[in-house]
Amino acid sequence: MASTIKIRAKSKSGTTTVKALFSHPMETGNRKDKKTGDKIPAHHITEITAEYNGSVVFTAQMGPAVSKNPYLSFKFKGGSSGEKIKITWVDNKGKGDSLEATIK
Amino acid sequence: MNDIRRKFLKSAAGLGGIAAAIGTGLLMPQRAFAAYLEDAFHATDVSAALIGAEGSDQHTPSDQIKLKAPDIAENGAVVPVTVSSTLPNVESISIIATENPSPLAASFQLSAMSEAYVSTRIKMGKTSNVIAVVKSDGKLYSATQEVKVTIGGCGG
Amino acid sequence: MIKIITAAALAVLVALPVTVFSSPERDLSEFRSYYENRFPDTPFADFQNGVYSIDAASREQWEEIEEFAPYELNISKGEELFNKPFANGKTYASCFENGGIGIRQNYPYFDTESGEVKTLELEINECRKANGEKPLKWKKGPIADISSYMAYTSRGNTFNIVIPDDPRAQAAYERGKKHFYTKRGQMNMACADCHYFYSGNMIRADLLSPALGHLTHFPVYRSKWGGLGTTHRRYGGCNAQVRAKPYKAQSAEYRALEYFHTYMSNGLEVNGPGARK
Repeated sequence: MASTIKIRAKSKSGTTTVKALFSHPMETGNRKDKKTGDKIPAHHITEITAEYNGSVVFTAQMGPAVSKNPYLSFKFKGGSSGEKIKITWVDNKGKGDSLEATIK
Repeated sequence: MNDIRRKFLKSAAGLGGIAAAIGTGLLMPQRAFAAYLEDAFHATDVSAALIGAEGSDQHTPSDQIKLKAPDIAENGAVVPVTVSSTLPNVESISIIATENPSPLAASFQLSAMSEAYVSTRIKMGKTSNVIAVVKSDGKLYSATQEVKVTIGGCGG
Repeated sequence: MIKIITAAALAVLVALPVTVFSSPERDLSEFRSYYENRFPDTPFADFQNGVYSIDAASREQWEEIEEFAPYELNISKGEELFNKPFANGKTYASCFENGGIGIRQNYPYFDTESGEVKTLELEINECRKANGEKPLKWKKGPIADISSYMAYTSRGNTFNIVIPDDPRAQAAYERGKKHFYTKRGQMNMACADCHYFYSGNMIRADLLSPALGHLTHFPVYRSKWGGLGTTHRRYGGCNAQVRAKPYKAQSAEYRALEYFHTYMSNGLEVNGPGARK
């Protein structure tokens, strides 16, 4: 199964830039089902954590106002080519996914 | 105030400081990360959203924050927003879209290793101010920009 | 100037085939010149980027999205689907030239055997049928994912659609051309009204894209759709937007339109899948 996460991590001059894309509907809970007229329940990523070298280097908390198929980019001092970064997401339904990527 | 901070302050005061706090495991090498800011994300006004996310709704405009967002969003469903700051010891960044039903779009918690930089894409229901709020040395600073959201001409 | 045309001469003129007065080659040449004159600052190759080739503000937002575009998720899914064997053990690669890699620029083409215009999506489902699989829905979902992967492997290849000297192919081309220039719907507008005559103008808050380079980036991830869609999904939407009844995806009408429409972008490179508003 293709992961729900895509990561691009690059290290340059002592700083690692991480770009991540997540597959998620990010339903606000305000949209109505065209056929039934009922509101489609809120379903969105609530938290994303990034771990490097065993510790959390960055956390994102999201509400439903983040665009569908969320994009996130952040930077941290440290990290070098060949090392790993791990990104985990969890949503308001308690589902989630995790992916480890190699820093270029 | 969230649970972790409340517990930390209670224990530190009660048992005599940092050593005790380390003992309880609440004072970690990096900053403690908050539980999900449920109230902040459900808040319908900017003030409540900021108090929930950053502990206060008082923020000072700062030119040491660079907020990049389009003047006119091509599509309100996908508005790229990038925040970077040269302020010292930035521990969190929050993004607010004032006219959204729930103004707080996202809140980021940085570690000691983080650079004060974040980029994401948000939904905006209508023309609104986008406010990037940055917590530096415990105080809140901000940068604001209006982003226009238009109705397309091609039927949607 | 001949002022008097005899009835006989008129009868002869009317009876001559359309190709005497216009040909696809001549149409293409005129089409290109029109846009080159209308947008003199845009290099020919840049027309593959649609409105972003003619508007700096939206280009900036598009470039930000292109840094890590949402369709990347679709390409990964598409690659997986493309490589997954059918129940009978075969894969999509067995149905296509070069194993299906780097061939997007060849579509659509006129198949002399069947007398039909073949689009990529059509052949994806034909492949499934030939291998005992159920067809996929035409406008979005797995077919778009697979198409996006195939387009992605073809990025940089140049479109060179051929209209063979076969009256059926010429007729399909003419049918597509007619669709493009015919007013339709309650709004009584032709594709050409927005994308040819008024390309570069604003329609309320939207900038009208030039038809030159229109299809190079399909399938497309539209912010509006919050997902990926095929060319015929967009055609249906466009027809609906002028309050005309849309044709069915992969109908003869839309395949003819895609044939004409893609031919008009000959010389431009594949840059699909694309991201648009």
